[in-house]
Amino acid sequence: MTVEVRLPTLLRPAAGGSPSATLDGATVGEVLQALETAHPALAGQVLMSDGSLHRFVNVYLNDDDVRYLDKLDTKVADGDVVSILPAVAGGES
Amino acid sequence: MAVARSVLELIGNTPVVEVSELSPNPDVRILVKLEGVNPGGSVKDRVALSLIEDAERAGVLVPGATLIEPSSGNTGIGLALVARVKGYHLKVVLPENVSVERRQLLAVWGADVIESPGSEGSNGAVRMAQRLAAEHPEWTFLYQYANPANPRAHYEGTGPEILRDVPDITHFVAGLGTSGTLLGVGRYLKEHDPDIEVWAIEPPSGEMVDGLRNLDDGYIPPIFGELGGEKLLDRKTVVGPRDSIEWTRRLTDVGIFAGISTGAALAGAVRCARQIERGVIVILSPDGGWKYLSTGAWTGDIDEVTERAKKVIYF
Repeated sequence: MTVEVRLPTLLRPAAGGSPSATLDGATVGEVLQALETAHPALAGQVLMSDGSLHRFVNVYLNDDDVRYLDKLDTKVADGDVVSILPAVAGGES
Repeated sequence: MAVARSVLELIGNTPVVEVSELSPNPDVRILVKLEGVNPGGSVKDRVALSLIEDAERAGVLVPGATLIEPSSGNTGIGLALVARVKGYHLKVVLPENVSVERRQLLAVWGADVIESPGSEGSNGAVRMAQRLAAEHPEWTFLYQYANPANPRAHYEGTGPEILRDVPDITHFVAGLGTSGTLLGVGRYLKEHDPDIEVWAIEPPSGEMVDGLRNLDDGYIPPIFGELGGEKLLDRKTVVGPRDSIEWTRRLTDVGIFAGISTGAALAGAVRCARQIERGVIVILSPDGGWKYLSTGAWTGDIDEVTERAKKVIYF
């Protein structure tokens, strides 16, 4: 599966300055591994050394936070968009 | 209804109305709990009353005390109302890019506004309030993002009201901000029936995230971590401003004039309705539309309104 991965501003310098990358993988975890392989400077910024997600990073498959799908095992399909975003306070609803 | 002795007694006990005409699935009902009918105009009246009365019981608040709180508007307005009635002073740290009506309402209740940078969103307001509270130990910082009295208002009020009025609820959908609503209502509903699903709706983080210098500047409301938010939620999904405004407009077809975050919750409920076979979804409408008239959300060109909404905090 080929998906687009979108990076937040603060992670772009570690990924050669690009706002997004096209990567392959069957699951969100595989795609994020491929991202780290392509840009080793991202190590520890998205995936921790134990393979889990950084606490202050939210990863979305299209519109859904993958922590509430199948986490890193969430399957991806061709054309999906994986977005990496820092955790911030939303409004206050 | 009996005559209330104080406007504070009118907080809570809000009505639920069916809007299944807007459901894309004939086997899924959608119901809206209208928190805009609270005296201060939003669900945050419940939280404000709970935070202040909890502090009074704990002996933290002395007569004439000054409170400080970061708020994108509604909590500030609710606190300002309750503080006015009870004789406290309030300072609200408010991101500069909230709608003008939120600022005007804080002025109505006599609260002082301290502006935080709009580009830092709610995070910036939280940080500034923490700093000011540390510099002014004589002020009381109730800190809605970390205070269990916030979700407790929903565990003891909003949740039981929903179950009383909609005993066959299968899904609860609400916006995620401090996470107080989702934690309190969600926990209450799941204790009754663990199969009830709780869906969180969030706005795109937009330009707020550009204000972060590193990931560790990120922010998760302390109550969300301490009360097991990650285990409690079944889904967390982003609804953008265009969808939010379109569904806010659709609500007027059934006579509901609600704020833009209600449109976001409804858009989330519609997504949910498309994914399930049958069910009864209750969404929480945090406030009415009054505070958003200046955004042109109902009458302006949808492209222009959407662009404007990206720069305004409406959650």
